Amino acid sequence: MVVREDDPVLFNDLQEKGLDIDKQALAAPVKNAVDKFQLIPEFLKVRGLVKQHLDSFNYFVRTQIKKIVQANDLITSRIDPNIYLRYKDVRIGEPSIIIDGVTEKLTPQKCRLSDMTYAAPIYVNIEYITGSNASKATQMKRDVIIGRMPIMLRSSCCILYGKDEEELARYGECPLDPGGYFIIKGTEKVILIQEQLSKNRIIIDTDKKGCVQASVTSSTEMTKTKTVIRVEKEKIYLHLNQFTSKVPIMIVLKAMGMESDQEVVQMIGRDPRYSELLLPSIEDCVKESVHTQHQALEFLEQKVKKLPFSTGTDKEGRALSILRDLFLANIPVRENNFRPKCIYVAVMLRRMMEAMLNKDAMDDKDYVGNKRLELSGQLLSLLFEDLFKTMNDEARKTIDTILTKPIRASRFDTSQHIVKDSITVGLERTLSTGNWDVKRFKMHRKGMTQVVARLSYIGTVGHMTKISPQFEKSRKVSGPRALQPSQWGMLCPCDTPEGEACGLVKNLALMTHVTTDDEEGPLISLCYSLGVEDLELLSGEELHMPNSYLVILNGLILGKHRRPQRFANAMRKLRRAGKIGEFVSIFVNEKQRCVYIASDGGRVCRPLIIADKGVSRIKDHHMKELRDGVRTFDSFLKEGLIEYLDVNEENNALIALYEEDAKEGTTHIEIEPFTILGVCAGLIPYPHHNQSPRNTYQCAMGKQAMGNIAYNQLCRMDTLIYLLVYPQRPLLTTRTIELVNYDKLGAGQNATVAVMSYSGYDIEDAIVMNKSSLDRGFGRCIVMKKMSAISQRYENGTSDRIIRPSREGYEAERMQILDDDGLASPGQIIRPHDIYINKESPIVTRGAVTSPMGLPDSAYKPSRQTYKGPEGETAVVDRVALCSDRNNNLCIKFMIRHTRRPEVGDKFSSRHGQKGVCGTIVQQEDFPFSERGICPDLIMNPHGFPSRMTVGKMIELLGGKAGVSCGRFHYGSAFGEPSGHADKVDAISETLVNHGFSYNGKDFLYSGITGEPLQAYIFMGPIYYQKLKHMVLDKMHARGSGPRVMITRQPTEGRSRNGGLRVGEMERDCLIAYGASMLIYERLMLSSDPFEVQVCRKCGLLGYYNYKLKTGICSTCKNGENISTMKLPYACKLLFQELQAMNIIPRLKLTEG
Amino acid sequence: MISEEEQKTSKIPVWDLPDVPKGKLPPHLELQRTRVLCTFDAPTHTENIRYSGAYASMGVDNSLRLEDFRNNFKVEVIKLTEDDMEFDMIGIDAAIANAFRRILIAELPTMAIEKVFIANNTSVVQDEVLAHRLGLIPLKVDPRLFNYMSENDEPNERNTIVFKLHVRCERGSPRIKVKSNELKWLPNGSEFIRSTEKSTADSTSKTKTYTSFSCGQDSLPEFSDNPIAPKHDDIIIAKLGPGQEIELEAHAVKGMGKTHAKWSPVATAWYRMLPEVVLLQEIEDERAEELVKKCPVNVFDIEDIGKGRKRATVARPRSCTLCRECIRGDDWDKLVALRRVKDHFIFTIESTGALPPEVLFTEAVKILEDKCERVITELS
Repeated sequence: MVVREDDPVLFNDLQEKGLDIDKQALAAPVKNAVDKFQLIPEFLKVRGLVKQHLDSFNYFVRTQIKKIVQANDLITSRIDPNIYLRYKDVRIGEPSIIIDGVTEKLTPQKCRLSDMTYAAPIYVNIEYITGSNASKATQMKRDVIIGRMPIMLRSSCCILYGKDEEELARYGECPLDPGGYFIIKGTEKVILIQEQLSKNRIIIDTDKKGCVQASVTSSTEMTKTKTVIRVEKEKIYLHLNQFTSKVPIMIVLKAMGMESDQEVVQMIGRDPRYSELLLPSIEDCVKESVHTQHQALEFLEQKVKKLPFSTGTDKEGRALSILRDLFLANIPVRENNFRPKCIYVAVMLRRMMEAMLNKDAMDDKDYVGNKRLELSGQLLSLLFEDLFKTMNDEARKTIDTILTKPIRASRFDTSQHIVKDSITVGLERTLSTGNWDVKRFKMHRKGMTQVVARLSYIGTVGHMTKISPQFEKSRKVSGPRALQPSQWGMLCPCDTPEGEACGLVKNLALMTHVTTDDEEGPLISLCYSLGVEDLELLSGEELHMPNSYLVILNGLILGKHRRPQRFANAMRKLRRAGKIGEFVSIFVNEKQRCVYIASDGGRVCRPLIIADKGVSRIKDHHMKELRDGVRTFDSFLKEGLIEYLDVNEENNALIALYEEDAKEGTTHIEIEPFTILGVCAGLIPYPHHNQSPRNTYQCAMGKQAMGNIAYNQLCRMDTLIYLLVYPQRPLLTTRTIELVNYDKLGAGQNATVAVMSYSGYDIEDAIVMNKSSLDRGFGRCIVMKKMSAISQRYENGTSDRIIRPSREGYEAERMQILDDDGLASPGQIIRPHDIYINKESPIVTRGAVTSPMGLPDSAYKPSRQTYKGPEGETAVVDRVALCSDRNNNLCIKFMIRHTRRPEVGDKFSSRHGQKGVCGTIVQQEDFPFSERGICPDLIMNPHGFPSRMTVGKMIELLGGKAGVSCGRFHYGSAFGEPSGHADKVDAISETLVNHGFSYNGKDFLYSGITGEPLQAYIFMGPIYYQKLKHMVLDKMHARGSGPRVMITRQPTEGRSRNGGLRVGEMERDCLIAYGASMLIYERLMLSSDPFEVQVCRKCGLLGYYNYKLKTGICSTCKNGENISTMKLPYACKLLFQELQAMNIIPRLKLTEG
Repeated sequence: MISEEEQKTSKIPVWDLPDVPKGKLPPHLELQRTRVLCTFDAPTHTENIRYSGAYASMGVDNSLRLEDFRNNFKVEVIKLTEDDMEFDMIGIDAAIANAFRRILIAELPTMAIEKVFIANNTSVVQDEVLAHRLGLIPLKVDPRLFNYMSENDEPNERNTIVFKLHVRCERGSPRIKVKSNELKWLPNGSEFIRSTEKSTADSTSKTKTYTSFSCGQDSLPEFSDNPIAPKHDDIIIAKLGPGQEIELEAHAVKGMGKTHAKWSPVATAWYRMLPEVVLLQEIEDERAEELVKKCPVNVFDIEDIGKGRKRATVARPRSCTLCRECIRGDDWDKLVALRRVKDHFIFTIESTGALPPEVLFTEAVKILEDKCERVITELS
């Protein structure tokens, strides 16, 4: 910032005074640049971290669901059209559950603990007919429940909506939890944001063969189709699923009433180059001797796919109806007026031809502006619509069947036949499996929901911003994986996984907003009143007049405008004035000579400060009012100081990074540059000094770091929780850390790190740890595992029972931790093989009950559950919870807690993608110490730096060191140096010197072993270290002899089954090459599956051993004469027998050994 | 002119060189032997030359004579408070100074809470964490009065100190902090009754607790007027919400810092070598001012040498923290030299409170003595 440079004294002054910086810096008079940072916390305050999910769900619940019900509001009987049921209104109630007729309110925490679904009833008001035939009566009913809708946490339907911290605490909720997920059967589920190519837009690209094509994926409330127009061998064809083969486009145009070729040429544009390109197609059309609409339709009729069960009666209308309803379905055809469709096709053709003449006009599929993000609300509405329609169909069917019956016992009541369960069950099942199978919309997608990652707080938040890709991960393409320039500020450039999903799975940036649908009607009329000439009134010639632009709203051509820039400015002015939606984007595309107006949902956009001729609209007094609390972010929006721009409109804007950089033509100014990063990347201090993959690695690792999960972490019953005993907030923070509350729920500790080599146990990124630090609690963590038991009730009325443990006898020792109620009591130390629930199950669970009054003790068999944990470790029963599950069985959950101190092999990482395992643990007296008596907590090998180039880590160390010396948290926000959100190295060095350290952070250290000074100055200071969830205790595995697989008799596989360690093919090859035949023999047979077989020397088949005769007998030769005994791997014997079973005889030829 | 030029360039035969005085090292070697040179990029000559014949070729005997050591060895106490102590140890090898440091950290025994019997803990702090926190509380008790408890030992009044902690936060009252002053010494041993397997068999005998004290510790003369308690009263152990309660008994035993840092009697103990700041040239006027300004710890002073001229002097070399600001940039390292005296140690002991620092040091000396004794007996 200019101020800072002008006024170094002030700056230093502020630096020194430490924590006062906020008040003073903000109160200080600012000459020209305005500190806009305060906008971000304000923005996040109104928006939260997962506003996109909440907005989408709220839109669904408030608007979309009403539209769906309105569109399908009538159920009429086919038998008697007078019998009907009409939905009048729909609304979603409060989350509640009805148990035994009593409505009970639900809280999210209650649902989590007792495996319930956090759902609210869907109420409808209905009007319906009772009685039939003569005695009909119209009746109304209010608040009929048609199903239960799972509720997104913190949405407008959730009880947590708008609650303050204290109230949230009372509900057992963490105030920092972002919400945005559902609770289905006790598990938290997020619907991932789905990335898709935008609907209803013309996309020009090339197919595999390199042919230019224009494709439109049309999506309306009714149908979904894909229309492709492709140039093949200079001729232009239409590809549509409903036609058996490609169809010449000219014939299609003719079929739609464009009989004159001249009109077509005019519509495309009079440029001779275009006509030239069109000529082969016209010739083709003539060759087929199609001249009139009738001929064209007849031609198309031939090509129509025969439906398997087509009636054949309305055959002649098929082609026309396909053209009307399925071909470019997003263009409405009113009263068989095909003209808009023809114009649309002409525009498509024109753009294709442009692309053929000039490759630059090709659309980029990976361009973010061509993408839409599908959020939970949209996905749920699809699902709900399908379920609702199914339910209505079912209801109609039952009504019809009842009406066909001649005699009915009771008075007919239409309202009785709405089935409640189908919607409830359908929603719940889809959300819990994540498989969207909506046949009505041809949608079959898997893995749409995921269990919320609760490993760390940042992992949870990061999970909400995750965008799952449209492509399959297996495709080896580079285009969609590459970083798109249009991603700037919308999607995080760092946060993507490594490996197969690299670049496909993305994350939202900090300030990104995803739009929801907005009303089109008012926009259309507004456009017309602003001077858009209606399409209907234009001739083909006029369409592409020079100096006139087409106006396209959400893919629908409205008309043309002669002064596009003026029109766009007027629209923008209206948007800034709040007359049209703030998320409506107006984009003037000079190249395509179009004005695109978009109000559809799923566009990504972000707020920017508006500038007039390079002068920011936000002035000092605005920010002051914001600080004083007079203003909110919304008021900035309302007064037109800030606006949202989507990716397309950004192309019309000239955005200055800082106010100083603004020039005459600047239209917008960025709020803060660090907002281009997402939540996970925001934790990294000085990320702009790091090599970029390191930031990506940290984004992945930050989600595995242990720390605090939530304020209610000790009240949760998750299957696995990792917690740090003494988590700290990072000494070197960033603004993002404060904004996302990572400083309140940290996942790491500030360790004093010495960068030096020590002991040789630090090669390959291993770190050497100080034993005293570990003794004092560094890296100590708690692992909590859930174990549950169900006291099952069986069909014959019997049930499991939990009984008092026997205090004597041989099992008493294993039952020590049990209370008198047969359950392990909280606080007890539990060891492997201990019984934690003394349960017994009835032996007979089927059929009739033998005695009415309970079963005798002898009818039960013990079904105790024992704790299996790492041998030699002790854990503690943390909590025991009893609840009833959905089948009303008693469900008992135990949380088993294990506190661990770091050991050799545990994984640690700094915030710069520098992971390493603990290589050795060294006594404090052997550690080096500084002149001030400071002894590092861990030692890191300097070889970690040159190849990784994580300069940010070095600056973090310097900043941390300065921070502890002067007592002020230092900042390292991305790109923050110019705006003062990151401390400059120079300033840090000065602080260090003032506190008696070397400016470069290197200290004079003494060796703890020899006592002499080390022959180098050592770079030493605090770095925030994260303990990752990968711990040796969970991974170490070895076995001598152990369990074997039943079928092959070979050792089992995997640690969880106590399996063996495989001598694989490559190991085997080594042994063969070495000639260690006996070793192979031992490994592959003796230690695996040796088996003694009887082999007949004559027939070469396997025989058996007759224990009575004490000889081997060949079952084929029926004698025991030529039998030899030999050893074989059992798997080999099995193979022989399996081959025999499929009529292949393997024979063994034995020779004397 | 020409002759002078010739004189400069002409080679001097080796045998014409002046003799190195026998029995004395040349100054540069003497400097390397006795000082660590802290140059701008790295410290050099950090090692101690212990080999007696290292300078034999120059006729210098490098062996250490007991006589000399006795004459030269000095200990000067600079600062002594209840818990902290700073003293100079002059005329000794780094290895021995380091041995004291190592012994202080790892081998001096103290008492620390090792076993915690938790009767009730409804607080948010987990049992293990609570026990860990209790273990790290320094106790104000002389460990020399206690014995080590080996594996088979019964806890008795000679090897165990028992504390009780029973705090409850009443319902309706605000949250409370449990501080270390709540740890109450139980001189008569554990009060928790041990539930033995066959409790019915010998009901006549005294109810068994977790300790078997033969007499109360308060009756012992050492503790009668000096009750055992944590060193600090204000260490937060836990926080209790309304309705929460902690009831436990903590058993402290004797141990060494080697086993666990909680038994270390020092917060830390370290030494640094005496800084020596030498001005290689006269630094005057502006340069002097600049030098004085450069040093953040005010090592240099300005001296008036008359005629309005000023000269820099080294006033407080001891406070040098080796930030190397004074030798940074512009050939400053040709003007100022930072050195450390190899046989002068500024030793600092920060006691945790079990024993005063001076006692700690004497104890450390005793342990080193013991070790030497042991080596000698083993060797002979």
